[in-house]
Amino acid sequence: MIEDLLTASVVASGIRIATPYLFASLGETFGQRSGVLNLGVDGVMLMGAFCSFWAVSEFTPQGSQTWDATALAMGVLVAILVGLLMGLATAFINVTLKAEQGISGIGIYLFGLGMSDLLFQKTFDQVAIINGFPKVGFPNFLTDLPVLGEVLFQHTLLVYMAFALVPVTWFVLNKTTLGLNIRAVGQNPEAADAMGISVTRVRYFTVTLGGVLAALAGATLSIAQHNVFQQNMTAGQGFIAVALVYFGAWRARGVLFGALLFSLVTALQLKAGTVGIDIPDEYLSMTPYVLTIIALVFASQRIDQPAALTKPFDRGE
Amino acid sequence: MPNAKLLPTGQARIEHMEMRGIVKRFPGVLAADHINFDVRAGEVHALLGENGAGKSTLMKILYGLYQQNEGDIFLNGERVFIKSPADAIALGIGMIHQHFMLVPSLTVAENVALGLKSSRGLLLDLDVVTNRINDLAKTYGLHIDPSAPVWQLAVGERQRVEIIKALYRGAALLILDEPTAVLTPQEVDDLFVTFNQMVDDGHALIFISHKLHEVLAISHRISVLRDGKHVGTVPTREATKQSLARMMVGREVLLQYDRPPVEVGPPRLQVTDARAASDQGTEALRGVSLDVRAGEILGLAGVSGNGQRELAEVIFGLRPMTGGTINIEGRDVTGQPASILNTMGMSYIPEERMVDGVIKDFTVAENLILQDHGLPVYSRNIFLRPGAIAQRCAELIQNFNIRTPSQETPIKSLSGGNIQKLVLARELARAPRVLIAAQPTRGVDIGATEYIHQRLLDQRAKGTATLLISEDLDEIMALSDRIAVIYEGEIMGVVDRANASIEQLGLLMAGVRQETTAEQSA
Ligand SMILES: Nc1ncnc2c1ncn2[C@@H]1O[C@H](COP(=O)(O)OP(=O)(O)OP(=O)(O)O)[C@@H](O)[C@H]1O
Ligand SMILES: [Mg+2]
Repeated sequence: MIEDLLTASVVASGIRIATPYLFASLGETFGQRSGVLNLGVDGVMLMGAFCSFWAVSEFTPQGSQTWDATALAMGVLVAILVGLLMGLATAFINVTLKAEQGISGIGIYLFGLGMSDLLFQKTFDQVAIINGFPKVGFPNFLTDLPVLGEVLFQHTLLVYMAFALVPVTWFVLNKTTLGLNIRAVGQNPEAADAMGISVTRVRYFTVTLGGVLAALAGATLSIAQHNVFQQNMTAGQGFIAVALVYFGAWRARGVLFGALLFSLVTALQLKAGTVGIDIPDEYLSMTPYVLTIIALVFASQRIDQPAALTKPFDRGE
Repeated sequence: MPNAKLLPTGQARIEHMEMRGIVKRFPGVLAADHINFDVRAGEVHALLGENGAGKSTLMKILYGLYQQNEGDIFLNGERVFIKSPADAIALGIGMIHQHFMLVPSLTVAENVALGLKSSRGLLLDLDVVTNRINDLAKTYGLHIDPSAPVWQLAVGERQRVEIIKALYRGAALLILDEPTAVLTPQEVDDLFVTFNQMVDDGHALIFISHKLHEVLAISHRISVLRDGKHVGTVPTREATKQSLARMMVGREVLLQYDRPPVEVGPPRLQVTDARAASDQGTEALRGVSLDVRAGEILGLAGVSGNGQRELAEVIFGLRPMTGGTINIEGRDVTGQPASILNTMGMSYIPEERMVDGVIKDFTVAENLILQDHGLPVYSRNIFLRPGAIAQRCAELIQNFNIRTPSQETPIKSLSGGNIQKLVLARELARAPRVLIAAQPTRGVDIGATEYIHQRLLDQRAKGTATLLISEDLDEIMALSDRIAVIYEGEIMGVVDRANASIEQLGLLMAGVRQETTAEQSA
């Protein structure tokens, strides 16, 4: 029975499902490492999903039956732009206005949820489908490899970008001056400030970067995976992405592991449904969340946990 | 400056720094009231003043952490505007803060590299940083392992990291805000060797401490602040402890106390063969036995980190024991929680008062009644009695001279020493039957030190059994009836104060056991 389930196509679909989680969670990792919890990821994802969807449909030439490189590039660009704006807004609310981060995040989420739907209804009067990202054209000897071909070489560009982001995140956090500043600001902002680092600037940077990556996560859903936009199409994935940062103990590697685990379980669950295994659907739907909760319970004390997480900084003057 | 001489670090010297007419207002407090202050290359200028006098505030202005409301700062005769620590660092000003400014999860090298330009552009160059740390460490005798994470370091080592951080940034003028408060006498001596060498090299140092003998030993000039005002500046060779104390407090200060004989009662606290592990899991207490009798102060001398904190914590039920028993007034309380011990009349003044003694976001009044809010004086049924609380707090604030704009001020905006005083006020006000006081006067000004010592002696006269844990041998000698010395988790000996000498205690503290001179009194 397990052989029926754990097929190459299930693993490949797990990898695809992991992609938006990776973008969003790695972005959130930067923010949290600097001490800012952004619970609004899901809202930014929805905005990214809608706006990139709109751009692709807008820039695809009339009547085109296949994908259009310009339109897709515009889709990604617009997602980045929207992420940038929402990231800046998030930073302004959390860093400059020193809002309670748990609450402001919900606000940002609700804004993204409502706004994306409103814009969708104003711009599209019927269900629309676009031509999204195609699979990357690897040579046939690669794509045709047994098992590996399907698992590794039949994905869209965004999938590879998301996975490439894992080592990049690790490298930036651990091997660059910027990463050191981010870690210091998240652990002890007073000390960083006393060393001449601008806590505000570092946090604006990480939160904005988190916004951009969250928007890309959303774009992955709407212009590379489903190629449609629907109201609330993320279905809470942004919240899972936040949880995955805790699950991964604020490390790129941990986030990768968590995202893969979670996505594989999801893929298995979808598959189990199709082969008619007799497990009530509700249990399967619960598994990812239960796994996350269990992981979070055991994640209470970790060395990289930013001590200043959710604490706004001021000099007390 | 025409003749810009260089420091060994290659940095230009700051020949003269002058602050003129500095005013700083906080809500309800005038923390600096037209203060003039200056320092020159090659000198240590000490800054003295009671808790809350405005020393840290003045220095934070110089370092760009606070902005003055009025007044100007001049470097080498030129007016400068210091808007942030980054500006101060760029001008060659470094600061060692009253509380450590380190990131515990990072290594020493990473802490030093923080905020610095890397020689490899965007990439970290920790190997380069490590080499330079080792060079600086050699030049200034500051031994440190650059690859060690800071959370593993002892306080003395952390202080060295702070100094290296400042030197690394080429600080020509270094502000030292109570750098010695947490150090052992030996570590202070070592640090002074470093300071003297820095001064010889042409650094300018500003040194803050409440310990007059340190100020007299290291400085060239001394300035005194009181209530945000500059009281005066004197050359160190013309100053004495008495004259400085008078300038600071505005009255004569007792530097010695009467200790009227008190009839010693039965043992109230008995520790038998106590064993416990440290946070790191090593053996911190290896069979400690002590007893403290009613009306007696037992001084526990020793270099900090030899098990004092663990001993206090096991007595107070805050740390599990791996062996031995604790008796309070004949009752076995081994393993009882602090809440039970509280009701039995035990008080504990912890050493880390910032961490273990207060809740930072609470107000002064709330912190003052922290453990006692359930007592009938403060509450009726489930309701607090604001009137009674306010009255009681007003008394404590007055008696302990806690400088605070109001009872409703959040405690985090109090000066460091005033937070210390608040914890002491709370614990001593409970008229405890057994009192454990760990480093009770660390970071506290001399006026308050005098008051606290007097209070400890008053309690003694009322029959309190006091265990006084201190590194300060003068304090131990001034207050104790008997003196026990702890070394690596063992009691090296218990001596009657009358027969004790500083030299002998010093040897015991260093772990040299002298069975012949140490009179064991049960
Ligand atoms: N951030 C702040 N907000 C409000 N009041 C403050 C703040 N910092 C200091 N104060 C007040 O300013 C006064 C001077 O404080 P400061 O810390 O300069 O004293 P200090 O001389 O360094 O004392 P200590 O010896 O206790 O360290 C105190 O009354 C303090 O309560
Ligand atoms: Mg101070």
